[in-house]
Amino acid sequence: MSGLFQRLLGRLPIGWLQLTHNPMRFAAALTGVAFANVLVFVQLGIMNSMGTAVLRPYTFFKADVMISATDANGLTDGGNVARQWLLQALADPDVTGGTGLFIGTVPWDRAEADIGFTTFGIDPARTDFVADGIAGDLALLEVQDAALMDRLARGLTREEAAAIRPQSPRAFETQGRTLTAYSTFAGGGGFGGDGYMIVSDQTFLSLFPARNSAAPDHILLRLRTGADSATVVARLKGLISDETLRIRSYADAGQEELTFQQTRRPTGIIFGFGVLIGVLVGLVIVYQVLSTDVADHLREYATFKAMGYGPSFFLGIVLEEALILGTLGFLPGFAIGATILTVMGKVTTLPLAMTPSMAAIVFAGTVAFSALSGAIATRRLAAADPADLF
Amino acid sequence: MDTAPIVTIRALNHWFGDGAARKQALFDINLRLEPGSFTALVGPSGSGKTTLLTLIGCLRMVQDGSLRLLGQELHGASGAQLVAMRRRLGFIFQAHNLHESLTAGQNVMMGAQVDGGVRHDRATLAAHHLLGLVGLAGRVDYLPANLSGGQKQRVAVARALVGNPDLLLADEPTAALDRNSASDVVDLLRRIGSARGMTTLLVTHDTRILDRADRILTLEDGRIVGEEDRQGKG
Repeated sequence: MSGLFQRLLGRLPIGWLQLTHNPMRFAAALTGVAFANVLVFVQLGIMNSMGTAVLRPYTFFKADVMISATDANGLTDGGNVARQWLLQALADPDVTGGTGLFIGTVPWDRAEADIGFTTFGIDPARTDFVADGIAGDLALLEVQDAALMDRLARGLTREEAAAIRPQSPRAFETQGRTLTAYSTFAGGGGFGGDGYMIVSDQTFLSLFPARNSAAPDHILLRLRTGADSATVVARLKGLISDETLRIRSYADAGQEELTFQQTRRPTGIIFGFGVLIGVLVGLVIVYQVLSTDVADHLREYATFKAMGYGPSFFLGIVLEEALILGTLGFLPGFAIGATILTVMGKVTTLPLAMTPSMAAIVFAGTVAFSALSGAIATRRLAAADPADLF
Repeated sequence: MDTAPIVTIRALNHWFGDGAARKQALFDINLRLEPGSFTALVGPSGSGKTTLLTLIGCLRMVQDGSLRLLGQELHGASGAQLVAMRRRLGFIFQAHNLHESLTAGQNVMMGAQVDGGVRHDRATLAAHHLLGLVGLAGRVDYLPANLSGGQKQRVAVARALVGNPDLLLADEPTAALDRNSASDVVDLLRRIGSARGMTTLLVTHDTRILDRADRILTLEDGRIVGEEDRQGKG
């Protein structure tokens, strides 16, 4: 190891030799860096999974523009939109079609654990408004009280989910009715519900008698191929006289909800803050280790100064130490972080996973912040005055 | 052989502190060190010996007067110039000041590599050679913690000499050593120094060193008050 550094640095690897001279302190420093890394990985993992979880229901549907109520910060949030605006929107030459989307929560009370399904009601004839994986099964919903169930829902075993097929449907009671799941699709538990379910708009209205067919939660629009959604959105805003409505492209709607969840909701803020704390903890640990190390070697450094070594030599030593701490601390941090995320993902069924980009960002951040700590720690070097050695 | 003086000092004054606390440490110092000479600097503590040594060693800025070292005027020299000049000097301190994390061989190599560009294998070779000269060939891979006080100071001597300095500056190099170790170190300095034509200036109270010096300068209250030329007596 020492020989390798020697080659890389073109000088004695003093940083490495200094760090390894005191193995206990070295181990403690690496543990600290690894701990900070784990902290950041877990927080980032949760933040990322929030992104995946928030955007997932958007992938069930295909639309170009979405019209929502003014207080609808997300898909499952806010009031209704009058169906009359759908007819208005259809007057635009670029709008080729539209449909209403109903959203409600349907509980399935089970002996083991209740499952809360975020349930979408949509016209089963509009296969062009659902994702390809779901479109093939949409005709099944023509039957009253039929449902498509999320096979990755929290609380539903994989065996149970696999058994749900058109020839062997699964019926269950809810809201005083009997729903029958004829097929499944891939969703997954999120921060809100345990999973998703899709029913016809007619079934939805009988599950929720208080809801009105003339007032869906959102209106989805498809545009002519090649039409620019931003232009159409601008036109629709002029066309629709209710100025309080939120009219935006479908992609923007997803991103707006993500931003809202991450910056305006407690969960997002807490985990964003967690990342910051992790970075600060790492910064402080590395700075503490390096500045103590500089303070412990002031006499040696003063001697080197007297011998004619310049400032860049000392900066080199401290940066060498910072990079060693950052790199060697990252490896266990990565391993532990990945393990924790996998286990947490299994337990919560949240889409928690270590991604290559996360690993790359955290590694680059660790090395950069270690180097920054090192650069700050070299300020103490000024105290090493070789004239004091005599 | 070049006979220009290694050090020429004219009318050198030096002060410490500012304003009312300003105190003059050196008064009108005039001094020449000839190539290959072995000069001892003596005087009571606070007489300015160490100040003079650090000025010649490029560790302090010259404030007043002229100090020419190896042909270069130090008065008005920049910090970077002083650092560059220091690479042509060898330093031995009262304490060994070895780096505890480096082996004896690595500590000596730090002296060889200060110029940069010195190839690793050459530096290793030079370090091993010097450790051999100071009688520590078998201790190359020992950490300072596993060496005796005398051995550590001999490693420090090897470190100071490995770069073939033109001028060796030493501050009480034997003060922390027992009689035998001190004697060894003085022998080494004298023997290697004269073999290499090196100029040596050391601050000492040690009579064993004074006995073997070419010249003894006495400093008192910041002034040179005595000069004894002993050339040929050592």
